[in-house]
Amino acid sequence: MLDFPRWKVLLLWAVTLVIAAAALPSIVDMAGYRWPAALPEPKVNLGLDLAGGSHLMLEADPTQVRTQRIEGMEESVRNKLHAMAQPVRISDISNNNGSLSFLIDDATKVDAVREALLPLTNGAGLTGKRDWTINVVDGNRFVLSPTPEGIDQAVSQAMDTAVEVVRKRIDALGTKEPTIIRSGATRIVVQVPGLQDPQGLKNLLGQTAKLEFKLVDQTADAAQVYQGIAPPGDEIVPYAETKAGQPAAKIAVKRLGGIRGDQLTNAQLSSNQQTNQPTVTITFNTDGGERFAKLTSANVGKPFAIILDGKVLSAPVINEPILGGSAVISGNFTSDSAGQLAIALRSGALPVDLKVVEERTVGPDLGADSIHKGMIAMGIGTLALAVFILATYGRFGVYACVALVFNVFMILGVMGIIGTTLTLPGIAGFVLTIGAAVDANVLINERIREERHRGRRVVQAVELGYKEAGRAIFDANITNVIAAMLMLAFGSGPIKGFAVVLIIGIATSVFTAIMLTRMWVAQWLRRARPTELSL
Amino acid sequence: MKLLKLVPDHTNIHFLKWRVPFYLVSMVLVAASWGLVLTKGLNLGVDFIGGQMIRVTFERSAEAPVGPLRDEVTKLGYGEPILQRFGKPNEVSIRMKLPEGAEHDPALADRMARTITADIRKNHADARVDGVDSVSGKVSKELGWDAFRALGFAALAVAAYIWVRFEWQFGIGALLSLVHDVSLTLGMFAVTQLEFDLNIVAALLTLIGYSLNDTIVVYDRIRENLKKYRRMPLPELLDLSVNETLARTIVTSLSMLITLVSLLVFGPQVIFGFTAAITLGIFIGTYSSIYMAAPILIWLKVSPKSFVPGEKPSDGPAGAKA
Repeated sequence: MLDFPRWKVLLLWAVTLVIAAAALPSIVDMAGYRWPAALPEPKVNLGLDLAGGSHLMLEADPTQVRTQRIEGMEESVRNKLHAMAQPVRISDISNNNGSLSFLIDDATKVDAVREALLPLTNGAGLTGKRDWTINVVDGNRFVLSPTPEGIDQAVSQAMDTAVEVVRKRIDALGTKEPTIIRSGATRIVVQVPGLQDPQGLKNLLGQTAKLEFKLVDQTADAAQVYQGIAPPGDEIVPYAETKAGQPAAKIAVKRLGGIRGDQLTNAQLSSNQQTNQPTVTITFNTDGGERFAKLTSANVGKPFAIILDGKVLSAPVINEPILGGSAVISGNFTSDSAGQLAIALRSGALPVDLKVVEERTVGPDLGADSIHKGMIAMGIGTLALAVFILATYGRFGVYACVALVFNVFMILGVMGIIGTTLTLPGIAGFVLTIGAAVDANVLINERIREERHRGRRVVQAVELGYKEAGRAIFDANITNVIAAMLMLAFGSGPIKGFAVVLIIGIATSVFTAIMLTRMWVAQWLRRARPTELSL
Repeated sequence: MKLLKLVPDHTNIHFLKWRVPFYLVSMVLVAASWGLVLTKGLNLGVDFIGGQMIRVTFERSAEAPVGPLRDEVTKLGYGEPILQRFGKPNEVSIRMKLPEGAEHDPALADRMARTITADIRKNHADARVDGVDSVSGKVSKELGWDAFRALGFAALAVAAYIWVRFEWQFGIGALLSLVHDVSLTLGMFAVTQLEFDLNIVAALLTLIGYSLNDTIVVYDRIRENLKKYRRMPLPELLDLSVNETLARTIVTSLSMLITLVSLLVFGPQVIFGFTAAITLGIFIGTYSSIYMAAPILIWLKVSPKSFVPGEKPSDGPAGAKA
């Protein structure tokens, strides 16, 4: 038990010193100095609550994905049946109850139609299910319903795309080291250190940036449009700008036949040379440019609506075919909002709307103050604790205290090596771990005292002390790890940071308080061969 | 050098003699805590009830102008704010319910935060906005549920661990003393009306871990003594075990308190509630490991037969063989 061969001594010291040295960059950094760039620098990241910054949790509405899929399916079905050798006419299309249903004119063609529609459905990932079910009711009514598996897959894909889009938009803002992660099925967590006013960010992320160009239905009855009743084949879209105190102006546009503004290669802030109003100039890719040219050529002299996220920006009359592949979007922009729109269009549309469901912003002064005070508290706490332990255990107290100092360094070192984040509760966890780390030494030392009282010789008492106390130390630390694991599983950011410090602290404290002190005690026993313990 | 001995050698206090009165006291305290939590309620932060919290420091004032601030914010028409000092007297948190409809349109919550902070900056030149937390009702319900689950699972998991490592009686004893500790800490939050937020849940979880430390040390010794002194009556054996570990209990608890008090006095103000919860928990945990965890074993009829010696020779008492 107290036998320490040379290789074991060297190994213990090597592990201790390497890990403790890994703490140096973090310490130098927190003290406000610069760590030389030439040296390796494992560093503890500071959480938002210490470094200051913004935390946003964005949530998507999965029903929106469902609606979009049904709308997309409607268009695919139309195209497909139109392209059949003997085109099938369909009528009474509805997509009300979360499925798409329509009638075909000729019940004898049911099988042919089903055959034609089947390629529109796909397998839903690895679930072994298809993403749509096709049913025929009453002889000639088709009902296409998305399966739950298909919806889940679509939502998941939409969220992946959304994360990418969010990342592009945040990068465009030029903020440093943002963290963007998916959280659960429908959420994205965005953390931007150092960002003090998340307003611009929120505006940018709150914009879905779904741009559409649709033809205005000039035959629609103005009174009906005003009441929100859409003529067949039309939809009613409100204007983005409303005059104060007035209900939003509305306009009827044709549902189909427009084009979407997602085939862009660029979007730039520009301005109208006559009015100096900010505008956004978009450039289509080849395919988009051709479709745009076709739309404008076929409809010269008619107005078309530029619709952003379901609101009409403007509805200019097409004066001449636009063949150059670029277009200017005007609306009631400020240069800020036009710039944001340009970024949003460049990064692509979000496949779903994102809403901010949680927001936390911390100023930089508060965090700096917390670090400073945390350091002071840790220093004073450690010092006072060391005095107490020295007074209680003498030589064995010295070992415990030296182990404690190594423990502090090793916690920081491990945190730096695995790149964890230090949060405000994490500082508390740090201080707490120091208090708890001596518990192992207390248990051991008290046990040695006891065994001496029972009349055991020094070496045997020490050996029994480490052995008998070890069991309780082990059990106690396991329960702490269990509690910390549950914090990791259920906690949010800062609490997770706390749990990580706790777990690392438990591991290092077992190492320093048991392994290191045992080595030192063993070496002392062998060197001094004491017959009496002052304990 | 004369070493400090807080607990003299061969201390023998008859703790268990007073177990019934202490049990009654504990039960009254637990009942009172829950009564307070249910009637007076906890001062739940935005984490758990949703809403918006704006933290402001008045840099050149000795004290935050709470009264005028309340009037100013109320005048903005978003409802009555809850103002609370935290940390230093010139730091204040302003809590608001989220405006109607903010669940669907987050821009409304934004506008409220901007209006309020702009108004504060306009009226108080030295105001520094330290942070804005905004949590929607849906998220806050989830956070609350997650916190509740984490606490429940943690208590059950550690109790199960102790059951596996010891015996079922020990597991139940540990669970009951955990319930006791957490209840009393909650009671303190009901009395002081310190803000109860996510950090406090972390504190409670830490408490579950650390208050068990004492319990485990005492239980470990009880198990050892049960094997060693097979004919000793249980109350006497429990007393012996508690006394034998008393020095360790006192020294460890003091060590924790030293660091915690330095954190309370010198540490960051923002986590005052967090530190206070753990500090109180250390006291309660030490008490409960002596007066809850150990005596419960008498009622659950632990006996030396619970640990048949010889079955696990490695755990056997070395003293008996020597």
